[in-house]
Amino acid sequence: MKETIGIPRALLYYYFYPAWRAFFESLGRTCRVSGKTTKSVIDSGIKVTVDEACLPVKAYHGHVMALSGECDNVFVPRLVSVERKAYICPKLMGLPDMVRHNCRDIRGIIDPCIDMSSNSWAYIKELYATGRLFTRNPLKIFAAQHKAKQAHYEFVRLLQAGLTPIDAMENDFRPSHNLVSGQDKSVRRPIIGVVGHPYIIYDSFLGMNILDKLNVMGAKTVTMEMLQPTTVQREAEKCGKKVFWTIGRRLLGAGYYFLRPGTVDGCLQVSAFACGPDSFISEFLQQESARSKRRVPFMTIVVDEHTGEAGIQTRLEAFMDIVERSMAR
Amino acid sequence: MKLTFAHLGDYHIAVKALFETLGVDVVLPPPPTKRTMSLGSLNSPEFACLPLKIGIGNYLEALEMGADTIVMVGGIGPCRLGLYCEVQRQILEGLGCDFKMIVLEPPQGRPDRLLRQVRDIIGAQRISRLFDALRLTWSKLTAIDRLNKITLCLRPFEKRKGDITRVYEASLRRIDEAASPKEVQAAAGNARDAMKSVCKTEGRIGKAEDPLAPRIGIVGEVFMVLEPFANCEIEKRLGEMGVIVDRSIYLSDWAVEHVIKDAFRIFRKSKLLNEMAKPYLCHFVGGHGVETIGSTVAYANEGLDGVIQVAPFTCMPEIIAQDILAKISRDLGIPAMTLVLDEHSSDTGVLTRLEAFVDMIAMSKCRRR
Repeated sequence: MKETIGIPRALLYYYFYPAWRAFFESLGRTCRVSGKTTKSVIDSGIKVTVDEACLPVKAYHGHVMALSGECDNVFVPRLVSVERKAYICPKLMGLPDMVRHNCRDIRGIIDPCIDMSSNSWAYIKELYATGRLFTRNPLKIFAAQHKAKQAHYEFVRLLQAGLTPIDAMENDFRPSHNLVSGQDKSVRRPIIGVVGHPYIIYDSFLGMNILDKLNVMGAKTVTMEMLQPTTVQREAEKCGKKVFWTIGRRLLGAGYYFLRPGTVDGCLQVSAFACGPDSFISEFLQQESARSKRRVPFMTIVVDEHTGEAGIQTRLEAFMDIVERSMAR
Repeated sequence: MKLTFAHLGDYHIAVKALFETLGVDVVLPPPPTKRTMSLGSLNSPEFACLPLKIGIGNYLEALEMGADTIVMVGGIGPCRLGLYCEVQRQILEGLGCDFKMIVLEPPQGRPDRLLRQVRDIIGAQRISRLFDALRLTWSKLTAIDRLNKITLCLRPFEKRKGDITRVYEASLRRIDEAASPKEVQAAAGNARDAMKSVCKTEGRIGKAEDPLAPRIGIVGEVFMVLEPFANCEIEKRLGEMGVIVDRSIYLSDWAVEHVIKDAFRIFRKSKLLNEMAKPYLCHFVGGHGVETIGSTVAYANEGLDGVIQVAPFTCMPEIIAQDILAKISRDLGIPAMTLVLDEHSSDTGVLTRLEAFVDMIAMSKCRRR
């Protein structure tokens, strides 16, 4: 029987799914992604985690539980670091342990430890050990790794071309956002820079479809993934000390870029309740906004499991009013 | 230059001794109060952890008193502590404060780098005094830790409530005044005798005289464990309820682990705790997450009656530990409670929870006998 590997549609699925799928499929396994986040997924996640955990982690547990009856193994990688001297987030470093202790009816967990903070040798060994679960042939593992890399580069290229990760993975490479039909071409549409972890803003339930809502209100949205990595990197260096969370630093770079007058018309930060890195990133951005002379409208929205659709809608409308007023000036 | 730094339990005595021996003026922030807390939380990000907020409060109060230089530790992550210096600097600058911030980054196998940072603070001509200053600081640091250990063992047996605390505070003043390691030793020795004399039993320190006295271990985030103001004086309260408290973290141990061994890249002792934590958490998660898990397992093996984890709200490593703590508690049969504290925590609320926890432990202990 062909083994199926479950991949929870949460956290860094939004960055690495194409690579993971290419890796497992070239080793002869099929991947099964859990369904979209729903109220019941979140509820089952909340039941097993501690209250203090952040919403994306709770949702992750929900997705793992949803997969538990459907596949032989669940892929819960321990993503420690994807670049030198930087980490992802402490919670992702302890994720397999949390999942193992909280979701007791899970059959098999594949949890390679991906840590490139000091050297890549440990990473290669870990990759090989994961491949060995499926094949004895090292060449096959190497080929799978190569395919995964190519899939990832292709994915990154699509993102920079202006696609969201959802478009690049699921919608057959057709952009689904920023398309507003029947719009008068002569009016300039406001551009909103959205700063937020990919697993919040691209998850239609956790992020309350904020990107779509902005599009409906006639705004164009730009996210961190669509910016040039070099720009983001350069902007992030404005901070007095290097931010040691990979995604956090990119968010900060994108935020600094958006807060520069002339780049976008408004900057919107979306973060999860009690998110550790975001609490600091948002402070840095607020300080930067307070320092600059020509201010770009800036707002932070915090989402959690109690967030209501209507509340978000009201705040977005108010924000867009401010953006339009500042554009008219 | 008027130097200041944030409070951490009673350790300001040792840090003050270090800088004053080196000839640097020190402005000590007033002991943290409600005002410190409200100043701090008013000006800090809402979801930042409590140590950052209290730190901001300390700095603002010290700057009011005329300090112009802040010393702070750095870090390399993934815990947020490593970015405290930058966030705090930007917040204080945003408030229009005039100061200089000196950040001591971890040496990471380069002791010379640490030395150079210290030289920048004190100036090259005073570096010769460094050895004496460090010796005095170290003796004060270890004396404070030793006194703390004795306090925790003896407080349940004091004749009158509050006696031990009074003796402890008086001894701290004497340690603060001591000008040489010898005087520190003498002060610590006197304190030890004074503490014994106010206790009901004159037995050996460290042995539980009363087999029925519950023993509870305290684990969690460093600052929250070490700063009584932040943890609502949990050690004192437990002691006065008749509990022998065992604290998992002391600053002198921590300094050896993280400064001295890190500087020379020596094999770390916490490997032992890592081994103990392995069945539950097999990768470091920043901060004190693994140590919390490891110490809990160690306490369970030692046969303690319970464990209390103290953590600031939104602390990332401790959330992971908290998640796994329930499992350890089930597996090893050790009652565990987590106290998540922030600027809204009230003494009464914490006291009620502590009483309930201690009652539960005492009852099960009676039943077992």
